Amino acid sequence: MVGIVLVSHSRKIVEGIRELAAQMAKDAPVALAGGTEDDRLGTDMNKISNAVHDVYSEDGVLVFFDMGSAYMNAQMALDFLEEDGSKVEIVDAAFVEGAITAIVDSGLNKSMDEIKADIASMKLGKMP
Amino acid sequence: MAELNQVIGALNHAADIIENNKQHLTELDGAIGDGDHGINMSRGFSFVKKTLDEGSFETAADLFKKSGMALVAHVGGASGPLFGTAFLRASMTLKDKTEITIEDYINLLKASIEGIKMRGKSDAGEKTMLDALIPAYEAGEQAVQQGKNTVEVLQAVKEGSEKGLKETEKLVAKKGRASYVGERSIGHQDPGAASVALILGAIADYFSEA
Repeated sequence: MVGIVLVSHSRKIVEGIRELAAQMAKDAPVALAGGTEDDRLGTDMNKISNAVHDVYSEDGVLVFFDMGSAYMNAQMALDFLEEDGSKVEIVDAAFVEGAITAIVDSGLNKSMDEIKADIASMKLGKMP
Repeated sequence: MAELNQVIGALNHAADIIENNKQHLTELDGAIGDGDHGINMSRGFSFVKKTLDEGSFETAADLFKKSGMALVAHVGGASGPLFGTAFLRASMTLKDKTEITIEDYINLLKASIEGIKMRGKSDAGEKTMLDALIPAYEAGEQAVQQGKNTVEVLQAVKEGSEKGLKETEKLVAKKGRASYVGERSIGHQDPGAASVALILGAIADYFSEA
């Protein structure tokens, strides 16, 4: 199953998305990286690395992010990853809709490419 | 210009100056951004201090790399990856040096600029830290060409960054949270540029007082 990582400035946002998605897909591997290490609003490279590590498999990992520093910290996390980085991708998608679609898809055992095709129409142009 | 213990001294001084200006930086950010820049920078640089206190460093590259990783890991906002990348790129220019010359310093500023441009997909004139860093580098480069001594070059870098910072008041923010308020960002200094000016100023002051 494709692992899904949710990166947000807010812990509550990622917990909310996971809760919403769990109504439809309880078994999908989802890891959260919301807020900073001292639980403020912000993003944290180490949290993102750990989240990728937690859901990593040969099937790959898709990383969703909300805005701003979330993307830069996700990129840095990938730069320093211990796992095979070619199987981990940051995706440009509306955060809530994209993540929930991907989580449900992963629960249905869809591949990385199939999931990416399903969320292709949700791009927001937030990866300059 | 500096042996490793002086580089550590200068970075510790910069960390203290950031700490002393935490409130000011947060106020600048509160006006046009999310109001956490001072707290984020203070937190990040407190971990740089910790790294410098507890670590032992074979080379200048090692020192900058570990400091950069402390910033990346602990800042918590966009400044983490941006200042972190600046330090990591600086580190790559220093390799196995155990002493930094003024030319090395100017080179590492240049490498930092390239790193920030890459990481932030940004350029001059977008009301970011680059708008203090680029004029600082240019002023320093010019001072070196003119054969100025180390303290004079460091002073030129400091003044370049302060001038750049002042100019950010006229700019419309194109990057980061301040871009959400667009035109309303005019009249305010950019907090990231303010941090750059504080750090480069602290480094200049450290060596002119030494």
